Amino acid sequence: MDIPYTYQVRRDTGLTNGKIGIWLFLASEVMLFGALFASYILIRTGSPSWPRGDTILDVPMATFNTIVLIGSSVTMVMAWASLMRRQFGTFRLYMGATVLLGGVFLVVKYFEYSHHLHLGEYPSTNNFLAVYYTLTGLHMLHVIGGMVVNAYFWGPGAKLYKTNPVWFTNRVEHSGLFWHFVDLVWIFLFPTLYLL
Amino acid sequence: MTSDHAATSDHAAHDPAEIDKHVRVYITVFVALMALTIITVAVSYLDLSTPIAVTVALFIATVKGALVACYFMHLISEKKVIYAVLALTAVFFIALLALPALTHNNGYWIP
Repeated sequence: MDIPYTYQVRRDTGLTNGKIGIWLFLASEVMLFGALFASYILIRTGSPSWPRGDTILDVPMATFNTIVLIGSSVTMVMAWASLMRRQFGTFRLYMGATVLLGGVFLVVKYFEYSHHLHLGEYPSTNNFLAVYYTLTGLHMLHVIGGMVVNAYFWGPGAKLYKTNPVWFTNRVEHSGLFWHFVDLVWIFLFPTLYLL
Repeated sequence: MTSDHAATSDHAAHDPAEIDKHVRVYITVFVALMALTIITVAVSYLDLSTPIAVTVALFIATVKGALVACYFMHLISEKKVIYAVLALTAVFFIALLALPALTHNNGYWIP
């Protein structure tokens, strides 16, 4: 039995089930990160002193990563637009670039973490570092998850395009929505952790 | 089964000319996001008081987030069901963020 409404829209919602599913998942993700941001506010306002992020963290490195992640959001949406134009080759280029930029983000993050760990700055060192590692660590896991899904659609998952291009385009759109959400979270993490 | 579905995808109605228009918007949004990122970093080097710095940084981040959500995630032209889901999420999200402020006496960002 086929899964219903994968590429055909329901008349009652005007959407495919996958589209509603990814938005419901993103709603749960908003609450997950919201809980952590609320904890951050509580810990910070309850602390007798709190360091400015730029006295501990590497702002130029994080700025570079912000540009990388925004760039990857653009390549992601261009990958989807390429499929809408039925240009599979162009899709592969943009999707490959998206995965690559995700990899660049992780490499920069690796150097950032290594630097702090080398200095003996662990999550247990103080509240600031605990918040920093928790929020950026969870975000990094999301980047890895998004990269795995995007790499799948770039590689073996792309076989679906030959048999059902509309369904494949929808799948790429849904993985794109997740990727943009990951970018959106970073847009808030960057100033609140690194600059304030 | 055919009575309650239409044989199209969420965006199948878009023609190539419309997609080209979308692509131009994506590039414009990308430039705006880059500019706002530079402004965010530049403002952090100004000697602003903490409440003003927080307000400015969060305002810019909100504008950037709105650009990503509206244009890259296509929320500017989405179906009512999605808006309903997000409205409910927004209510709970605001309540969640308000809890620390309501239960803490020190005041926002002031040690």
